Amino acid sequence: MTNLLGADLHKPEGGMAGIAMHELSLLENVRKILEDHAVSQKFSKVIKVTLEIGKLSFVEPDALRFGFDVVMNGSLAENAELTISEVAGLGICPQCGLQVEMETSFDPCPHCGSTFVKIIQGADMKVKDLTVI
Amino acid sequence: MCGICGCSQPGKINKLQPLNRPIHQHGRDHGHHHHDAERLIKVEQDLLSKNNAYAEQNRIYFQQHNIFTLNLVSSPGAGKTTLLVETIKALKDRVPIAVIEGDQQTEHDADRIRATGVPALQINTGRACHLDAHGIGHAITELGVKANSLLAIENVGNLVCPSSFDLGEAHKIVVLSVTEGDDKPLKYPDMFHAADLMIINKTDLLPYVDFDVDRCVNYARQVNPGIQIIQLSATKGVNFSAWTDWLAGHVKQELQV
Repeated sequence: MTNLLGADLHKPEGGMAGIAMHELSLLENVRKILEDHAVSQKFSKVIKVTLEIGKLSFVEPDALRFGFDVVMNGSLAENAELTISEVAGLGICPQCGLQVEMETSFDPCPHCGSTFVKIIQGADMKVKDLTVI
Repeated sequence: MCGICGCSQPGKINKLQPLNRPIHQHGRDHGHHHHDAERLIKVEQDLLSKNNAYAEQNRIYFQQHNIFTLNLVSSPGAGKTTLLVETIKALKDRVPIAVIEGDQQTEHDADRIRATGVPALQINTGRACHLDAHGIGHAITELGVKANSLLAIENVGNLVCPSSFDLGEAHKIVVLSVTEGDDKPLKYPDMFHAADLMIINKTDLLPYVDFDVDRCVNYARQVNPGIQIIQLSATKGVNFSAWTDWLAGHVKQELQV
């Protein structure tokens, strides 16, 4: 068994050196999602992709921007514009019941210090919408 | 056909084919005319949704076949394979064990596991930095993992990426060796946040390295207050029974064997 990613990623001329593989895998998923939608929604070209990236998700928006064109090359989103909207991190503290802003997924509650804050927003990373023709 | 994900390549990873041609093929007597008007399509789909769906299928398969699955993660060289080899020696007479090995290249780790007499399958991820749930689904089929068994998945050595890819495992276990530095839980918090158990390995080397176990434990609990911690040396067998007892207890509870 070899190669969990798409075949084109492994071409030596891919010019992928220096891009974090993590973000490349996620961008591969973006491409799969829009190819699935191309079939179900009957479109042939994507001109804009909007991603929503939570601040508490494990991904760097800049790395996504960096790898986007490379991964979309040869797909129906070739030359598409990428927009990333970042979503703030929010949690609920189970001890004091307050809603708190979070910078990382393991931030303690700023009011009571509890380390069991439950994330309610900002952990997701998703394809929000596509502009297509 | 793959028994778990239903894709058409037996024992092979279903490679994504780029769509170089338009989806909408035109025949000669094509009737309707085209509008080039842009339209907005709502998608609202998580980037990990495919992996998560495959992970869920794996999890259901594991439950139906009573397979207790561990996902071992660490940086390269922390001692995951040695830990597994010693674990297999200790437990293989009590429960059937199978291993899936993930590395970018080589069969070295799977060879070491096979030498213990248990089945192992090596996944070479090429340039990818983690195992994903789809590949694991195929590996389960190819390896023929027995019902009522323990399945250990040794992930690619990497403290970053494997944290976000659920494989369908019961527990994610992070191995940290004392030669790596006690502040790894703070440097790579996502992984230590995602793990249920941290194994501090190579404790026989503590006299020779500047590694403060208490500090490491505190850091790990900062990012994951509920994390369980076992200190051991897999090569020297120091406190190894703490780990095999933990594992045997879970195997007994989960598999009723």
